[in-house]
Amino acid sequence: MITTLPAWFTERQQAARARYESLPAPKRNDETWRFSNLKQLDFAGFEMAASNASAKDLIARSHGLGKTAAKFVFANDQLIHSECHVAAGIVCLPLADALVSHSDLVKAHFMKQETRLGSAKFAALHEASVSNGLFVHVPDNTEVAGTIEVHHWTCGADTMGFPHTLVVTGKSSKVRVIDIFRSADELSPGVVIAYNDLAAGQNSQLDYVAIQAVNEVTRVIQINETSTARDASAKGFILNIGASWARNESLSRLEGAGSRSDMLSVSIPAREQEYDQRTFQHHVSPGAYSDLLYKNSLYDHSRTIFSGLIFVDEGAHHTDAYQTCRNLLMSDTCEANSMPGLEINADQVKCSHGSTSSQISDEEIFYLRARGIDPVRARQLIARGFSVEAVERLNDEATEALVLGFIDDKFAHIASGGA
Amino acid sequence: MSYEDATTTLDHETREAIDIDRSKGDFTFPERHKYDAGRGLSEKTVDYICDVKNDPQWVREFRHKAYKIFNEKPMPTNWATKDLENIHFDDIRYYLSDGEKPKRSWDEVPEEVLKTFERLGIPEQERAFLAGVEAQYDSEAAYSNMKEELTKQGVIFVTSAEGLKEHEEIFRPWFGKVIPSGDNKFSALNSAVFSGGSFIYIPKGVKLKQPLQAYFRINSESFGQFERTLIIADEGAEVMYMEGCTAPKFETATLHSAVVELVALKGAKIQYVTVQNWSSNVFNLVTKRGLAMEDAEVRWIDCNIGSRLTMKYPGVIMKGRRARGEVISIALANTGQHQDTGAKMIHAADETTSNIVSKSISVGEGRATYRGQVHIPKHLKGCKNNTECDALLINSHSRTDTYPAITVRGNRHATQHEASVSQVSEEMLFYMQQRGLNEGQAMSLAVNGFINDLVREFPMEYSVELKRLIDLEMEGSVG
Repeated sequence: MITTLPAWFTERQQAARARYESLPAPKRNDETWRFSNLKQLDFAGFEMAASNASAKDLIARSHGLGKTAAKFVFANDQLIHSECHVAAGIVCLPLADALVSHSDLVKAHFMKQETRLGSAKFAALHEASVSNGLFVHVPDNTEVAGTIEVHHWTCGADTMGFPHTLVVTGKSSKVRVIDIFRSADELSPGVVIAYNDLAAGQNSQLDYVAIQAVNEVTRVIQINETSTARDASAKGFILNIGASWARNESLSRLEGAGSRSDMLSVSIPAREQEYDQRTFQHHVSPGAYSDLLYKNSLYDHSRTIFSGLIFVDEGAHHTDAYQTCRNLLMSDTCEANSMPGLEINADQVKCSHGSTSSQISDEEIFYLRARGIDPVRARQLIARGFSVEAVERLNDEATEALVLGFIDDKFAHIASGGA
Repeated sequence: MSYEDATTTLDHETREAIDIDRSKGDFTFPERHKYDAGRGLSEKTVDYICDVKNDPQWVREFRHKAYKIFNEKPMPTNWATKDLENIHFDDIRYYLSDGEKPKRSWDEVPEEVLKTFERLGIPEQERAFLAGVEAQYDSEAAYSNMKEELTKQGVIFVTSAEGLKEHEEIFRPWFGKVIPSGDNKFSALNSAVFSGGSFIYIPKGVKLKQPLQAYFRINSESFGQFERTLIIADEGAEVMYMEGCTAPKFETATLHSAVVELVALKGAKIQYVTVQNWSSNVFNLVTKRGLAMEDAEVRWIDCNIGSRLTMKYPGVIMKGRRARGEVISIALANTGQHQDTGAKMIHAADETTSNIVSKSISVGEGRATYRGQVHIPKHLKGCKNNTECDALLINSHSRTDTYPAITVRGNRHATQHEASVSQVSEEMLFYMQQRGLNEGQAMSLAVNGFINDLVREFPMEYSVELKRLIDLEMEGSVG
């Protein structure tokens, strides 16, 4: 298999390896790592390894939407199951296969954007190490019926994985992809450095959902790069419920006039979990629209960092850009850090950002108690409703139900039941 | 009328419109300094300043220690603008004075200095509404006086040099405590070479009805002004302090790097008002922080119109229960200017509240930046912060940035942050033109409306002045 990889890819991997080794590790006073826990970046002792788990067992546990357009299951980046019912003309393949069969097409889109939110070193490590993932190319005027679903399992102790997702849509096409990240067991520490690259072609609609539900001794870095061509619409959603520490870097580049990017996230950290999210809304062309909504519910000793920037290039007039981060503080020992930023170099723009941190108010509890709901249940309902607001923006019932299933499962694993 | 047309035809006119009367401070008198520390900074410069000022030994040690810190600290260019690299510390003159003590009467002030302050209207304002005035000319104060009855009440209003010598027992315990020398590179620089500035002490329960004022004037080229101000309001005392500043426009860059420390003891209230109108060659890098004890209140009211680069983030450390901190800030950035302003609110006790309202206007190629920090640590309860920052962009090359950082621990607090960026809408201008205003007047009205609610926070006399400053004197300038 290795021998058939195209030369350009091998060269890219070698160059990335050199880049990884030469780039400095993030330092305490780097703005992109402000408030971050840099101790989490020590990955010594973690290595790529073959899965030791039973493939049959993992496939059986890989339940998602039930009905899909295509479904792939990876264990430690090795394909263990695939089914694909997409129409002819649509490329929907494991990345390792696509590199061989659609080398030029992959080359044209593979890791094109510069990682600028702090993890350039780890993006280089990903590029040097990536062996598999998903490649989707939807041709012009084609709609993928149903959702493409990918399961990424991390198996065995001290393993490192590099799942990759590359989705490219042609003119006026449509597709939805869901990545689900999980661990084979609850006790084996792992490191996952995932990368997803979304290129929405002219007037196309590209929806992407990432569900991060690995075990609580695994660390995760997820890097997202989205670009939207003229009149395209891209929607990215991240759910964080797993991991001891997770860092998300999401960059949307609104390249085409009239394009739109929705950046959504729900995070429910509990115990000692820490989520570090950095976002960038880059308005390159005039008349584009971006809307970010991140909702964090913090329990126990958990900690979140949100750092977002709306960047409007000179000349990107008539930009509409919004950014909202809301923190619901559910314990007296949690910590929320917010850094909502704006850099505006054009006029005729409408930009705003808002960030709030607060607890459930006594009035809300009182209202529900007056209707016969006990206070614990009332808090559970309000906390759930808080997350639902972002989930609803997915606008697809089956996907919403899947995400809510994971959210309810998380609440069930919080000591108070999410109250 | 298309939008594009509106912006291009407005370009020149609005620039004129938004522009303020900068000529007022743009004049200079020949230098006649008895003491000149020369250009550049070294251990010797620090000793020279100590010798001229006849500093006590503890101050000399304080300065030398700070000088070491200054040399060790890197420039904060990892987050701040690279324009800081254009400050050439070796070309700056760190101390210039005529060696005279500040005068108690304007009649004794040297003629040129008197003319300077008269042109700026200071003696007139003093007669009109001020309780006391200090006027600083380059490194040292030329004039310092306060109404007699205040002296009887025990109010101290002197230069920092007099404060540290004559009132050491009150001065020394707080000096450098709110802002340690090592806080940042520029606070270290100030600590090493400071001269001028005020020391104010308001005794228990004394409430000043009229404000105290300081006016800072730079007259010499390539000069660095490093005034140091310490204000202590004892229990239940109240004071309002106002400062203004101007400099003529020189060819070379001038540095102004002040340190201002406020201490509001139990139940005290300090309001600190700044109207900064430096000429556009001045680097204005100022560290300002207040300490608010139980039930005390510190308010920073800050207006930045001038300078080439201003970096100023007034802060309040709320150390006592129910303490309150507030920053009200207006910034106007024109072409060639970068107003990098903001606020720091450090909550260190239960039930403390803070409020930040910041409005900026970017004109031409001007850049306005808001940078803020709100910190609510663990084990506190009932803390609240509200932050609002609004930016108005006038031209297509204007620029604005917002970088807040908010840390909240625990679930017994509430914070909210909101920011918006907008411009004067075509509809608004059209509406006003319908009613007979010309385009310039309409723009003027819209801009004034944007900052109006903040201008009202300034003392009356200042808000009139401010309105006039920002007032878009458009009649005649727009056809």
